[in-house]
Amino acid sequence: MDFLTIVQIADSALRLATPLLFACLAGLFSERAGIFDIGLEGKILVSAFMAAAVASVTGSVWLGLLCGVFASISFSAVHGVASITFRGNQLISGVALNFLASGITVLAAQAWFNQGGRTPPLMGEGRFMPIELPFALGKSDAEAAGVPLRVLIDQANPIQQVYSEFISGHTILVYVALLMVPLSWFVLFRTRFGLRLRAVGENPAAVDTAGVSVIKLRYASMAIAGTLCGLSGVYLATGLGAGFIKEMSAGRGYIALAALIFAKWKPVPALGATFLFGLLEAIANRYQNIDLGGIVIPVQFMQALPYILTVVILAGFVGKSVAPKAGGQPYVKER
Amino acid sequence: MDKMPKWADVALIPFLNLLIAFVLSGLVIFAIGENPFKALMTMIDGAFGSTYGWGYTLYYTTNFIFTGLAVSIAFKAAMFNIGGEGQAMIGGLGVGLACLFIPTALMPHWSIALVFAMIAGGLFGAGWALIPAYLQAKRGSHVVITTIMFNFIATALMGYLLIKPLKLKGAQESASASFPDVTNLPTLHELLAPLGISFSKSAPANVSLFVALAMCVVVYLLMNRSRLGYEIRAFGESPTASVYAGISPTKIIIVAMMLSGAISGLMAVNATMGQHERLILNAVEGAGFIGIAVALMGRNHPFGVLLAALLFGFLYQGGSELSLWSKIPRELIIVIQGLVILFTGALDNMVRMPVERMFIAAAKRKDA
Repeated sequence: MDFLTIVQIADSALRLATPLLFACLAGLFSERAGIFDIGLEGKILVSAFMAAAVASVTGSVWLGLLCGVFASISFSAVHGVASITFRGNQLISGVALNFLASGITVLAAQAWFNQGGRTPPLMGEGRFMPIELPFALGKSDAEAAGVPLRVLIDQANPIQQVYSEFISGHTILVYVALLMVPLSWFVLFRTRFGLRLRAVGENPAAVDTAGVSVIKLRYASMAIAGTLCGLSGVYLATGLGAGFIKEMSAGRGYIALAALIFAKWKPVPALGATFLFGLLEAIANRYQNIDLGGIVIPVQFMQALPYILTVVILAGFVGKSVAPKAGGQPYVKER
Repeated sequence: MDKMPKWADVALIPFLNLLIAFVLSGLVIFAIGENPFKALMTMIDGAFGSTYGWGYTLYYTTNFIFTGLAVSIAFKAAMFNIGGEGQAMIGGLGVGLACLFIPTALMPHWSIALVFAMIAGGLFGAGWALIPAYLQAKRGSHVVITTIMFNFIATALMGYLLIKPLKLKGAQESASASFPDVTNLPTLHELLAPLGISFSKSAPANVSLFVALAMCVVVYLLMNRSRLGYEIRAFGESPTASVYAGISPTKIIIVAMMLSGAISGLMAVNATMGQHERLILNAVEGAGFIGIAVALMGRNHPFGVLLAALLFGFLYQGGSELSLWSKIPRELIIVIQGLVILFTGALDNMVRMPVERMFIAAAKRKDA
């Protein structure tokens, strides 16, 4: 395996990690405020569908983004009503929303596009296009040199290879996701709002005693989680893929939750954890059957690897991780 | 009086929850440009209009009784087993291996084959629930996420087995060889013919239906008349209090989850052995997930589960007929399932609180 191959795998890992990172940060805000969000999966799915549907009808990916995020926030709102206002079981609410998303996206896709539960493939302005950073090797350089881009990158020095393949050439949402990591850290750990949000997840009664509304803070966390999860779905359908396919979230919402536990509910480790899952998926995509000196690892095993790793992480074989104390419990104000 | 009458709790509130879910489903059908009343008629006709329809409805009902009972046992122990799908898949593997590899000399009659298949399916299903159960009991890994992961892993495992080792040589499809004839279970057609009742020949409902009904009784007795059932319920109500009563949480979590997995695995007796008669990739068809809605709607009581399973059997068969005769795809059933879980499970208080207030107000007026 040469250096360029490694760079290319890392590049694809970053792409595949992006939806996980958005979803993981969504779960971070929600769980830090004391609300379990099994429904990440469903929110990714509705948002992916709405983004692709609107982008394919209007031809504008930005309108798609808006509608995708809106769909995800509406699902968050239902989860909020069920688990904050009516003090229902948060796990059941999340699971219900996942089913709802999985059914309604296919129903709507069939009714609107009649293509067997998918949207038409997105083209041109309907997708987010890769951004070529300054000094990176791109299409125009290849045309000027008169050789294919692949050859040009192959001949470049290692630093240029890393820069052109790994750092440059992603869609805007990848950079937004990376930017969200320090931003989430700042909001959660350096602002008053963040302090209160974390307190609500640990000891809501204390926050209430201090005269701050637990209900409002929890709804705010739901809105943030809805937005971030929406971006995850939007990226899935308009950046990573080109259109909506049924069940395209493929368990990413659950994997994001595992990554969140692995990251011990902290934003910066969340980046590392989701990148690890992205890397696994990238390797599985690139090498269908891996031959380890006579023993061939079947492709099904590679596909199941992220899920197996999730179980291993949850089993705590990677260090102890302590969840926010009030997670999953509805807050009942004392009278 | 500061409480609702019992009938309101067990009948009125579930009914209202269901009504909201169905009205919303009707609105969804309306929104995609179809007539909800016509759709409902098509569904009723497709599910109950002929013995063929009944045969499919009862076949699905059988599946959902198993998966519904499975989820309800876990719920009783305050655990949410979303892994019914994977446990039923692996249960199917057990049933399939039993049918394929136990020599037919040992199985002279279908009833003996059924016993072998039930043991194998139950053990395999329970085994697939064991790891998530152990991790929950010993390491505190959340059983909800681990069981979901085990669903994905089960899919991958079955995919591998049916493409490589168990695949019928030379066949195009990823499926195993057909089971020996002696393992084929009698269908309702064959069972009812001696009684002079003619039942559709091509419908898949089979003798497993009676296994499922018996299972309802077994689960009722286990949960309400046995020491183990009492311990499971006590643990589910209050884990801390049950520890003081000398109940081991580790034991209850593992036993309840394995029982749950075993009953999910038994579903394969109906689907894999009764209907497909060979191992195929998607024999479970989402029944494991529907079990969640069935258990919630049936209030975790075996009789409630039976009624809810019949309702979902109707929805499932009616839904597939609907997809044949209209532009509404089969996924409608997943939407209904999601709405039922949402309103009977998570938004229960939305209906309960006003109804409770109404009853209490009415009682006060009477007193005054």
